[in-house]
Amino acid sequence: MTLVLNRIDDRLIHGQVVVGWGQPLDVRFIVLVDDTVAASDWEQELYRMGVPPEMDVRFHSAADAPRYLDGYREEARAGILLTGDIPTMRRLVVEAGVRDVNVGGIHHRAGRTQHLRYVFLTPEEQDALRSIANEGAVVTAQDVPAARAVPLEELLASREGA
Amino acid sequence: MSSESRIALVAGHADFAAGLISAVEAITGQGARLVPIQVRGLCGDDIQALLRQKLTESGARVIFTDLQAGSCTMAARRVLHDVPGSVLVAGANLPMLLDFVLAPPGESTTAAVTAAERGRAAVTVHGEKK
Repeated sequence: MTLVLNRIDDRLIHGQVVVGWGQPLDVRFIVLVDDTVAASDWEQELYRMGVPPEMDVRFHSAADAPRYLDGYREEARAGILLTGDIPTMRRLVVEAGVRDVNVGGIHHRAGRTQHLRYVFLTPEEQDALRSIANEGAVVTAQDVPAARAVPLEELLASREGA
Repeated sequence: MSSESRIALVAGHADFAAGLISAVEAITGQGARLVPIQVRGLCGDDIQALLRQKLTESGARVIFTDLQAGSCTMAARRVLHDVPGSVLVAGANLPMLLDFVLAPPGESTTAAVTAAERGRAAVTVHGEKK
């Protein structure tokens, strides 16, 4: 097995990740790449408490993560790579060879427009997703396994709640 | 604190809170003791802000959530970290909430802990393989 999902989700570890994806994919570890969480023992404990005992969580900063990803890809168990924002995932695409990116949840915030029920983007974030695709990664939006994977161009063209 | 001021927030995925509270209201007429939190479309920071707002408005010291790994539970842990004497119960079910709203007069946090035990004990399996 390897990293079976490379996900951008601003809620980081939550129900869709642990249960929605984690159970059907038999995920046994989550690699959480986030500078704030990586710098805080309290934050890390918070997220560890949210996963079942058979699931490990490894924490890395964006600068730290690239040199560990090859090792995670060689693990016998299935894992999920998780970032809370687009720039962090872009860095992993450029520096660590991530080749498919799942946009799982980028929620409402001032300045963002709604594209899907679970994806809101600023113009800068739209450009950042395009730049990930330009690096050779396949970018799709999909909140849960049973949903359709929405291709990037369709995602960017979509407008919901308008 | 009397049972008259016993209030709790109920937060979870989709319409979890509204559904459970409507059932509590139908069974006991005490649904007003529970404040539904709906977080669809909100980021983690906004969920925290909403919980803080509802705690302040209601005076509640108790939050019931649906899933231990859920974003509402994560947000509630962050928010209640700054609220001494508060209680978070993850994995809420209908028997638990019924026990909470019908508990005898006393501290809401004590009622929440007792309700959590009752809710856990209320899960039964029938027709299991021998």
